[in-house]
Amino acid sequence: MIDKQLEDVAQALSGIADGASVLVGGFGAVGQPNVLLDALGEMGVRNLTVIANNAGFEPDIGLGRLIGRGCVSKIICSFPRGSSTFDTFYKAGKIELEVVPQGTLAERIRAGGAGIPAFYTPTGVGTQLAAGKETRTFGERDYLLEHGLTADIALIEAWEADRWGNLTFRGSGRNFNPIMAMAGRLTIVQAQHVVPLGSILPNDVVTPGIFVDRVVHVPCGDPPIAKVATAQGGTK
Amino acid sequence: MTAGTYKPWGKLDIARRVGADIPEGWYVNLGIGLPTLVADHIPEDREVVFHSENGILGMGPVPAPDEVDTWLVNAGKENVTLVPGAALFHHADSFAMIRGGHLDLCVLGAYEVAQNGDLANWTTSLNDRVPAVGGAMDLSAGVRNVWIMTTHTTKDGQPKLVERCGYPLTAGKAVTRVYSDLAVLDVTAQGFVVADMVEGLTRDELQKLTAAPLHYA
Repeated sequence: MIDKQLEDVAQALSGIADGASVLVGGFGAVGQPNVLLDALGEMGVRNLTVIANNAGFEPDIGLGRLIGRGCVSKIICSFPRGSSTFDTFYKAGKIELEVVPQGTLAERIRAGGAGIPAFYTPTGVGTQLAAGKETRTFGERDYLLEHGLTADIALIEAWEADRWGNLTFRGSGRNFNPIMAMAGRLTIVQAQHVVPLGSILPNDVVTPGIFVDRVVHVPCGDPPIAKVATAQGGTK
Repeated sequence: MTAGTYKPWGKLDIARRVGADIPEGWYVNLGIGLPTLVADHIPEDREVVFHSENGILGMGPVPAPDEVDTWLVNAGKENVTLVPGAALFHHADSFAMIRGGHLDLCVLGAYEVAQNGDLANWTTSLNDRVPAVGGAMDLSAGVRNVWIMTTHTTKDGQPKLVERCGYPLTAGKAVTRVYSDLAVLDVTAQGFVVADMVEGLTRDELQKLTAAPLHYA
């Protein structure tokens, strides 16, 4: 019987070593595998390379806390702002930063998980972030060569999981999670709900279990309320 | 007309102008900051679909305080709502929409716009702070129409519309139109072409506040 569910978070994280590369899902407060990140920090691993959209937010939560514990030596992300802990470590020269445009980051992860070693993209042509990268012209336009990205570990937050590792997500909690699940050599999921096999309808599975190695039940509840919305609105 | 007899458009005036110019049926990404104001200024009879980089098509108005769904955030990490017909998807699909030319428009802010459409809006220096690009390069390189909402000059009175960008580029030849607090300008093969300007402002005055030659259709 295939059963990817583990008893607790410690078991789910077992085997993660110093120097590992770790994909971390989440965008804003939604879809962040914070419980896994906190437990990883407690394990005392060092020299992690983290790949995430941001560099954490609150100093006491998730990625911010992992950085604060000195576990992360390099971060690959698109927007390392809003994290006082990251700022402190970066200014002190204690953490290396690679800034990647958000869409390039997503596609590098998708490509890595899909077995595509590299691809050409129009994003970043003629900018600082093109430095050292091959440029090629297709038709009338220039494109940059970007490389697929995989990692030793992917840490994912899902809404539902079953024992095969089939996943659903809630709200905007999908974000980087499904593509990171594909690109991790060991993909570990904290799931709000673990449900019986078959109760996620085949058409509703967002991440098929083939991409998932370990599931742990973490009913951590709703994300916190975001900062007060300004005028972001929508369709009339 | 003498100088000082014009009043710059306010933020909401600019948002209203941008909103009025977005055609029915367009898929639109609004950048963080000033551009988000546009969402509230789409004419009532028009259906426009708002996109967010983190995997939303069909973003709705800001929720009332007691109706917040904390599972929904926009690219600015604020809580938002969905309209009927909305769709949720992952980041790679979201940027496929952007890079693949499926979005009709993005509205962004700018530090500088050059007369050939070059855009600088992600960092003002090579060294002095943590560089952070987010989705700005993908949006400006990938979306068909890139409109800029900005003040015409910096707080120090320096022109933001220039012959060539001094700040690091976000994308080359990306901007198609600029909505400043003094004028609406199309970016053409000829350079900046003024489509509209604040009442009472003269062409000479506008030129003095612009570091690239202005043309008139």
